[in-house]
Amino acid sequence: MAELRAYAALLGGQWRSLMSYRASFLVEMITNIGGTALDLLAVLVIFRTTRTLAGFTLPEAVLMVSLSSCAFNLADFLVGNIDRLKTYVRTGMLDAVLVRPLGTLAQLVVMDLPLRKALRLALAVGVLVVALRFNDIDWTPARVVLVAVVPVAGAVFFGSIFVLSASLAFWWVDSGELGNAFTYGGRDFTAYPVPVYAGWFRAVFAYGLGFGFVSYQPALALLGRADPLGLPGWTGFVSPLVALAAAGIAALAWRSGIRHYRSTGS
Amino acid sequence: MDRLDARVPRISPHRPFRDSLATFAALSWSGFQRYITYRQATIAGSFTNIVFGFLRCYVLLAVAAGAVGGRPAGYDAAQLTTFVWVGQGLLTVVALWGWTELADRIRSGEVTADLLRPVHPVISYLAPDLGRALHALLFRFVPPVVVGLIFFDPYLPGRWFTVPLFALSVLLAVVGSMGVRFLVNATAYWLHDARGPIILWTLSAGLLAGLYFPLRFLPDWLAVTLWVATPFPGLLQTPLDVLIERDSTIVQVALVVLQACWAAVLLALCALVQRRAERRLVAQGG
Repeated sequence: MAELRAYAALLGGQWRSLMSYRASFLVEMITNIGGTALDLLAVLVIFRTTRTLAGFTLPEAVLMVSLSSCAFNLADFLVGNIDRLKTYVRTGMLDAVLVRPLGTLAQLVVMDLPLRKALRLALAVGVLVVALRFNDIDWTPARVVLVAVVPVAGAVFFGSIFVLSASLAFWWVDSGELGNAFTYGGRDFTAYPVPVYAGWFRAVFAYGLGFGFVSYQPALALLGRADPLGLPGWTGFVSPLVALAAAGIAALAWRSGIRHYRSTGS
Repeated sequence: MDRLDARVPRISPHRPFRDSLATFAALSWSGFQRYITYRQATIAGSFTNIVFGFLRCYVLLAVAAGAVGGRPAGYDAAQLTTFVWVGQGLLTVVALWGWTELADRIRSGEVTADLLRPVHPVISYLAPDLGRALHALLFRFVPPVVVGLIFFDPYLPGRWFTVPLFALSVLLAVVGSMGVRFLVNATAYWLHDARGPIILWTLSAGLLAGLYFPLRFLPDWLAVTLWVATPFPGLLQTPLDVLIERDSTIVQVALVVLQACWAAVLLALCALVQRRAERRLVAQGG
C-alpha cells in the first residue's frame, strides 16, 4: 500500500510539472498525435504513386501499419521514456533512483510517464478499427482473439526492445542514438509488408530479431492470405511467444545491467 | 574616461572586417572541435542512419517497382536510391533534429551571458553551427553514402556543375536550418518551455523537408506551395533534387536561388526576433 502511494506521489509530481507549462503541454499533445498520423500519411502518400506495394493493396498496408502503430504506441507510452536512461547514468541521477525502496524499472517509468502520448495510442486504435472495416475479413473466433492479442503482444515486444536498447547504456554510456535503430527502426520496419525488404537485411530484422511477427504475419493470418515468402499460416499466431521470448531476454539484460552499474561518481 | 557602453559595436575599430572574420572562424572552429569529442556518439549515430537508410531505400525501391513505368513522381530507382542514402547523410549535416541549446539557455537564464559578448547573438550561434555542420559532413555524411554505394546501385550526377551546385545548396540548407532552429528555440523567450514548438519542428521538419518521402509524391499544387511558402523543402529536398538532377538545368538553379532567398529571410527574421526578445528578457535570480 505504501509503495502504491509512493508511485502515486511520483505520478502526481509529474502532473503538477506538466500543468505549470500548460501551453507547451497542449502543443506537445497535439504534435504527438501528428507522430502517429505521420506513419499513416507516409503510407497514403506512397500509395498515390503506386497501386500495390510488394503485392499488397492500400487497405492491407493500412492494416499492417495500424497493427504496428498500436503496438509501438502502447509500448512507447508505457516504457518509451526508458531511453533516457543514458542521461540518468551519465549524470548519476540513477543513484537517486537506486537508493529508494522501490523497483528501479517501475520508478523510471512512472517518473516520466508521457501523458502527452496517450492521445497517440487512441488514434492508433481508431485507425486499426477503420482498417479492419475496409478489409474483407472472414471473422472466426480465432481471428477475433488474434486481433485483440496482437497489439498487446506487439507492445510487449517493442517494450522489450526499448528496455534492451536502454540497457546498453549500462555498458556503453555514449551509445547515443544506437537504440533508435531498433526501436524507431523497428516501428518503421513493421509499418510495411516484409516482402518490401530484401536479402540479409530482411532476414535479420524480420526473423532474426523477430519484427516480422509484430504486424506482418498476424495481418496475413487476419486476411487469410498465404505468405509470398513461404512461411506457414500458423506463424501468424506466434507473436505472443515471440514477445515473451523478447521480454525474457530484456529482463535478463536489465538485471545484469543494474548489477553491472557503477555510479559515475562526481 | 569615455562614456561606458555595454554594447560594443565591433571587435576592433581599426580592422573591423578582418577581425570579425577571425572571430567567426574561431567560433566555427570551436563548434567543430566540440563535436570531435563525441566520437562514440558519432559511430552510434552513423549506425542508426545506415539502418534507416536500408529501411527507406527498400520501401522506395518497392514503390518504384510497383509504380507505372517504374518512375514514381519522375524518379527512377537509381535516383531514389541516391535520394535516400545522401538524405541519410545530410540529415545530420543540416541537423534536422534536436537542437535545444538556445531554449535551454533561455530557460536557465544563461542566455544573458550571450548578450554580454561583443558578437551578435545570431552570429554567435550561426558560426559554431557551421563548424558542427563541417564535422557532420566529414564524419556523418560519408558513412551512409559509402554503404549506399556498396549495397545498392545509386544514381551518379552527370552534369559538371551539379556537384558544386549541390555543395552550395547544402551550405544554404545548413544556414536555413539554423535559422528555423533559432526561431523555434527563441519561442522560449515567450513560452519559457519551448518543448512543444521543438517537437512541432522535429515533426514538420522530417515530413515537410522530404525525409519520409520525396515531396514530389504529393499533389503538384501542394508541393509547389510548400516550396515557395515554407523554408522546409530547402532544408533537404532541394539539395537532394539538385544532386540527382531531377529537373532541367534552369529549374535546378532556380531551386537553389529560392533556397538562398529563404536563407536570407530566415536570418533577417532571427535578427528581428532577437531584438524583440532582448527587450522582453528578464534575467531572473540574483
